[in-house]
Amino acid sequence: MINTIIQGVLLGGYYALIAAGLSFMFSVMRIINLAHGSLAVLAAYLLLFLAQNYHISPFVGLLIVLPLMAAIGFLLQRLVLDRALRAGPLVPILATFGLSIVIDNVLFEVFGANTRSLGNFIGSLSYSSIALPGKIYVGVLAVGTFALAVVVLGGLQLFLSLTPYGRAIRATAEDPDTAGLVGINARLATAVASAIALFTVGLAGAALGMRGTFDAYAGGSQLLFAFESAVIGGTGSVWGTLIGGIVLALAQSIGATISPLWFLLAGHGVFLAVLFVRIALAGGLRNFIRGAA
Amino acid sequence: MSTLSLQGLNLHHGQLQAVRDLSLSVADGEVVALVGANGAGKTTLLRAIAGAHRPSSGTVALDGVDVTHLPAHRRVNMGIALVPEGRRLFAEMTVEENLLLGRMSGRSGPWTVERVLETFPNLAARRRARAGTLSGGEQQATAIGRALMSNPAVLLFDELSLGLSPVAVERLYESLKSLMQSGTTILLVEQDLGRAMQAAGRVVCMLEGRIVLEGPTGTLSRQEVTDAYFGLARHRVPA
Repeated sequence: MINTIIQGVLLGGYYALIAAGLSFMFSVMRIINLAHGSLAVLAAYLLLFLAQNYHISPFVGLLIVLPLMAAIGFLLQRLVLDRALRAGPLVPILATFGLSIVIDNVLFEVFGANTRSLGNFIGSLSYSSIALPGKIYVGVLAVGTFALAVVVLGGLQLFLSLTPYGRAIRATAEDPDTAGLVGINARLATAVASAIALFTVGLAGAALGMRGTFDAYAGGSQLLFAFESAVIGGTGSVWGTLIGGIVLALAQSIGATISPLWFLLAGHGVFLAVLFVRIALAGGLRNFIRGAA
Repeated sequence: MSTLSLQGLNLHHGQLQAVRDLSLSVADGEVVALVGANGAGKTTLLRAIAGAHRPSSGTVALDGVDVTHLPAHRRVNMGIALVPEGRRLFAEMTVEENLLLGRMSGRSGPWTVERVLETFPNLAARRRARAGTLSGGEQQATAIGRALMSNPAVLLFDELSLGLSPVAVERLYESLKSLMQSGTTILLVEQDLGRAMQAAGRVVCMLEGRIVLEGPTGTLSRQEVTDAYFGLARHRVPA
């Protein structure tokens, strides 16, 4: 049981890592990015491409892929989301949904249907483990991913609360019109925020590829886990995202000990339970939606 | 310290015309009070000067430079700062964070958080309080401080005393006295006619989007301004 809990918490670190960018984008820009999972898979494929064709280790490859993901985030905001937001709050959801379909199918077209992994390119790291007392073994990669999630979430929190740019992004999120009157370039601030979000998506994609396998259509399930973690943890709270990821993963891991089928079912069950409790606490669906918007 | 010049401004809210063919020049270091009834177009005019409202036609120029097509944040950088109606503070952020945001424009000058807190002593104790928890007077002081932090050459005040208690208004004007005499160019929208005429060197009265009366405060009687305010006297049209 202790083993299950420890493995669950570590898996939660990975969920928190993929949820970080999603909840950052929602809390700061009020955009639900449905292409989030597909973009993480795109990052994983980019690392694979560099490793296969140029023998670049995925860790070194991140030096190329992370800036590239940030650039994609910047352009995504400038070319798609800015315009979509002007048409109404629901249009970015449609736009990013469309984008996810485009990304998935382009990846399928380019890389084919094979299931891939970055595990072959990171030496023994994909299977080496640390022994804990009580004959419990934890994967080095899983511990590293968990630590990375804490660093990313903590870094986002510190960036938002302590740096002038972080303040500008928060101000823009609260009131873009007034942010402009104060001297903030609101369009630039949201584009930078989007670049930061996609930077974390690049890290999540690397973790996805190293810890297991992925294919062109893996984005949907990644999005779902990120989404559930963010909702369980409460959107708009950085540490809540970590808690949310851990709760989701614990539910899955404990569920899986009952039956392998219960891995996903227990996760979805906890997500729905938390959602219904939140709706009830907010005093009904209408208030809940109003509070979230 | 700067000259603000508006030429033939037409401003619309959709179908509604808020300001009609308005021209106005504010000289270096001048304090001008803009008065008029609700809906006269004062707020829209200030927002257009600050860059938050795009004119249908006409130009806004600062020191002879046409800024009509510059976005608001670039105008802050050139020295135009607006203290908006209703304060519009970032409620989730602290007083200090709100003030620091004013520095984003990157203009150099004498204003620091410390100096704002000296100017508005009632803010010193609330430095780390969230702006949403402040009293009206404290909020207005923070909004003014935030504008000052950008070291503006032209300050636009929209409805300074709206929603404030008489004591808070008194305290606010007391704090602003030295600022108004320091040579900063100020355009002030104020409901309180007595205060406006006391603080400003010139009064501009707007009615239905047009200037119907203007002149140095010394030469206008309260009655003349009141008549123009309500549209009772249209005989004095600006040259």
